[in-house]
Amino acid sequence: MSKNSEKKVSSKDTLIKVMRFIGRYKILLALSIILAGVSVVLQLYVPILFGQAIDLVIEKGKVDLDGVALYAGKILVLVLISALATWIMNLINNRLAYRTVQDIRAKAIRRIQVLPLSYLDSHSNGDTVQRVIADVDQLSDGLLLGFTQLFSGIVTIFVTLIFMFSKNVLITGMVIVMTPVSFLVAKFIASRSFQMFRKQTETRGSQTALINEMIGNEKVVKAFGYEERASERFREVNEELREYSEKAVFFSSLTNPSTRAVNNVIYALVALVGANRILSGVLTVGDLTVLLSYANQYMKPFNDISSVVTELQNALACAARVFELIEAEPQSREGDAELQDVSGRVDIEHVDFSYVQDKPLIRDFNFHAEPGMKIAIVGPTGCGKTTLINLLMRFYDVKSGSIKIDGQDINDVSRASLRQNFGMVLQETWIKNGTVRENIAFGKPDATDEEIIRAAKEAHSWEFIRRMPRKLDTVLTDESLSQGQKQLLCITRVMLCDPSMLILDEATSSIDTRTEALIQKAFNKLMKGRTSFIVAHRLSTIRDADSILVMKDGSIIEQGDHETLLAKNGFYAELYNSQFKLSA
Amino acid sequence: MKKVLSLLKSYRKEAILSPTFKLLESLMDLLTPLVVAAIINKGIVHADFSYVTGCFLFLIFLAVLGLMFSFTAQWFAAKASVGAATDLRQELFDHIQDLSCEKLDTIGTDTLITRMTSDINQVQNGINMTLRLLLRSPFIVFGAMIMAFTIDFRCALIFALAIPVLSVVVYGIMIISIPRFSKVQQSLDKLLGTTRENLTGVRVVRAFCKESDAVAEFDRQSEELTRMNVFVGRLSAVMNPATYALINIATIMLIREGAVRVELGAIAQGDLVALYNYMAQIIVELIKLASLIITINKALACAKRIETVFDVKPGMSYPDKKLSETADDTESDSEVEFRHVSFSYSGSEENAVSDINFSVKKGQTVGIIGGTGSGKSTIVNLIPRFYDATEGEVLVSGRDVKTFPEGDIISRVGMVPQKAVLFEGTIRDNLKWGNENATDEDMWKALEIAQGREVAEGKDKKLDAEVHQGGRNFSGGQKQRLTIARALVRKPEILILDDSASALDFATDLKLRQAIAGLDGDMTVFIVSQRASSVRAADLILVLDDGVVVGQGTHDELLASCEVYQEIYYSQAPEEKNKSGKEVLA
Repeated sequence: MSKNSEKKVSSKDTLIKVMRFIGRYKILLALSIILAGVSVVLQLYVPILFGQAIDLVIEKGKVDLDGVALYAGKILVLVLISALATWIMNLINNRLAYRTVQDIRAKAIRRIQVLPLSYLDSHSNGDTVQRVIADVDQLSDGLLLGFTQLFSGIVTIFVTLIFMFSKNVLITGMVIVMTPVSFLVAKFIASRSFQMFRKQTETRGSQTALINEMIGNEKVVKAFGYEERASERFREVNEELREYSEKAVFFSSLTNPSTRAVNNVIYALVALVGANRILSGVLTVGDLTVLLSYANQYMKPFNDISSVVTELQNALACAARVFELIEAEPQSREGDAELQDVSGRVDIEHVDFSYVQDKPLIRDFNFHAEPGMKIAIVGPTGCGKTTLINLLMRFYDVKSGSIKIDGQDINDVSRASLRQNFGMVLQETWIKNGTVRENIAFGKPDATDEEIIRAAKEAHSWEFIRRMPRKLDTVLTDESLSQGQKQLLCITRVMLCDPSMLILDEATSSIDTRTEALIQKAFNKLMKGRTSFIVAHRLSTIRDADSILVMKDGSIIEQGDHETLLAKNGFYAELYNSQFKLSA
Repeated sequence: MKKVLSLLKSYRKEAILSPTFKLLESLMDLLTPLVVAAIINKGIVHADFSYVTGCFLFLIFLAVLGLMFSFTAQWFAAKASVGAATDLRQELFDHIQDLSCEKLDTIGTDTLITRMTSDINQVQNGINMTLRLLLRSPFIVFGAMIMAFTIDFRCALIFALAIPVLSVVVYGIMIISIPRFSKVQQSLDKLLGTTRENLTGVRVVRAFCKESDAVAEFDRQSEELTRMNVFVGRLSAVMNPATYALINIATIMLIREGAVRVELGAIAQGDLVALYNYMAQIIVELIKLASLIITINKALACAKRIETVFDVKPGMSYPDKKLSETADDTESDSEVEFRHVSFSYSGSEENAVSDINFSVKKGQTVGIIGGTGSGKSTIVNLIPRFYDATEGEVLVSGRDVKTFPEGDIISRVGMVPQKAVLFEGTIRDNLKWGNENATDEDMWKALEIAQGREVAEGKDKKLDAEVHQGGRNFSGGQKQRLTIARALVRKPEILILDDSASALDFATDLKLRQAIAGLDGDMTVFIVSQRASSVRAADLILVLDDGVVVGQGTHDELLASCEVYQEIYYSQAPEEKNKSGKEVLA
């Protein structure tokens, strides 16, 4: 019970938030509602006029042609007004819906830029994209359009009832009494088909999983000659799906004919009682026509409203998800100072850090790098290598302790000025959907082609770029390059920027050692006198570092240059030597 | 479309019965206004209430009959549409299983998955709606018009005029907006792509301080999308009011003309009411038809896309079983041989590998080393015939691989691909991929060699330990060891390790190679690697550079003669450079 009310409050909150968003379009919204009211009332009033016109046409000799003409004129005017109102309302709704969507999306994308990485890392990208795109769409469809539909649906029902009552109380009463029957039938069918839909969804889910696995890894399937077994497994789940789908599709398709049948019965009843009333002299043929056409339309808003309500609930759920993103806590405040003319001294003092509360990862980390040093970080997976880089770039904030660059705490400077001083290449490459040029000049959009080509040559990416059909103008997608080529491209990007400090996190892991050695030379030239941090799995990459930090479980267990560490014969020596043992 | 129609053939009965019953149902709808007219013309005019009651019962009868007809129609429609979609899905899946790697590359995995899932669902929906509604709506529209003609010719002419005008308006708007809808969709996809890109590259974007550029790009695309939406919206905004106005203008004309006809005594008041009701039926159906056409249009587009996948030929032909059996394995002492083999991926002008020549004896180990993109994987992919050589020939046991019957070569090869992929199920399920009949003992032995024994033993349920989709609950190194075990379970004649020890540390990698070398029998092993240490002990090392073999021989030979190999080796083990030219085997 309490949980239920809690939920209600939150969906009410969401509604208020949505209203605040639509607030700037208040006038449009009000206008839309007024127009909806006008067009609905007129649309319902027109049949009455038609009925009255029909009453002027009784039989030969009892036809009031002038009266009919008068009614025709009246109807024409009302119809045109109503059509105009609907048209304007549609235009307004369009504008309202799409502008709101744009506003919300703009807000969302801006929030994403300032969200802490801890948020983005803990939410899947697919989920966030869903919030920005699909959920916002659902929100606008459901809330804006649903709202006007709901409104006109309710108006329709009430106005219809009023008009019907004004014609005949008995018949109207009868229609109202019959209404629940239609609902019960619809509800009965819905509950039956819901069961089937659930089973269908479940089966479809496992089928999709199988499709993803098998077709996603078709080459492995081929390598093991698994094709026939795959087909067999697919057949099983496919047949199961056939059974549930047939029923789900069938049951759900019963709603319309069933409610239509109930409606037809109501229609017949209205005709019967109406005829009886006409014979008693309390109703005219025109009135009966009106009542019949109302009886025909009467159920429609009910059906509409029930689907609109579902959609509204759905939309509120989506809105809540969108607001969760928009209202997520932004990253911590940044300092105003700017880092200038960085020499590259880095002091890490007593740093503690953890991703998850109560699960400390880095404890009392201390390290000092003099300007121009090349620092390598090695250690087993999960030891905190990448975390250190997250902290240096201030993707994450330290829990306690401090990181200083040239003596200035990085919390006191702006993130932009901190990051501009670092060139960073990560193992997980990122290629922008665009041309090679756009990708390389990402950090320096005004770079000339000459500069770009020079950087590409140094990073050895020019060899494959040169061979591309349109060279620098080739449009890249994520699939068009091999992992190694992507890494080369990312390195080129940094080469072009000429940063004062460098971070390489497994940046060359997919590049062969020969090319890597060449790139290293280029980096050494580029980074002369500048501090660099290198995380690598491959020990050949880091052998010539000035200082190697061997990390394990969040702290440094060994530190020194290659020779010193080998002489120490500890963890590093063990790692290193296993590399060159020969088989057999 | 051809495919879909041919599949529908096996549901011919349902596909014909469904619309037939639907037509019967709509006939009931068409009769209703006539009955009401009879009530007014006869029952009321003659004050005959028992006649009215008879008509009422007839109306109820029509409603019940209509309900039964429509239930029957829906059942057949569900059966036909779900049936055809299920069969389509199976055929498409089977067809994809037949496609060669080359064809798979060209089509792309994502595309195939979309075809298999959402596209087929759309087709199912399209068939269902078509069977149920495509005939019904025109039938009612024209039925209403014909009914009108039976009542009064002159009034019916208004119908004959109104229907084409309304159709032009409804379908005109639709024809203009449909292509724009797909443009809106493209624009939305673009925005979605930008959002995703922004999220996947968030570290890079922030490292380069490009947040505001990202926002600007998003805003630009968002604005574009809104502009298109508003434009299309403007078109569809006309639809409702326009049709509403038109149908009512037609009704006004009808009433005026009807009044004249009644005055002339050509029709009665009840007939006028019936005509009025028919007019109302038309508009409802025309609008239904319009939305139906959108659904069908979508389904057709999906069917067309699915068809293009069916149009892709499997891409690899195998000799007849009989023919190939006559050509028995020639007793050749070379297990795998490449003769002047060149290969280029489809759509690429340059060869991935050129003029590869080498020969390996049974039981030997071949190391393939070279830089990124030098063609190492391409070479091993040619052995089990994942791809066919563009030039030259690949021989296994002295026979051209193209002369083996389907599945024969594959069964001799144990392949460990670069990307370690496990499948949902248990460890046992995964190992059984290698050999369906493997015993527990076989599996443990394979795990032992693959250095994966502790991976399975570390789990509570051992071999029955669960593997989540894609093997998410295992680390990269664990996955690699399991995929190696999977290949070993089949006791292959040829084992191919395609850079499949990259996530293993050097010590484990070494143990793995030692274990494989210690196996009984004479398995031929291919090791593709970037690590010189991994291939160093091989009987034959191929050094690749940019698709060309620049050196082949043993480690010592290559170190003495091959410049590229020297570079690779010394870049990984510079200490060795200082020692004397002679290598000491440890």
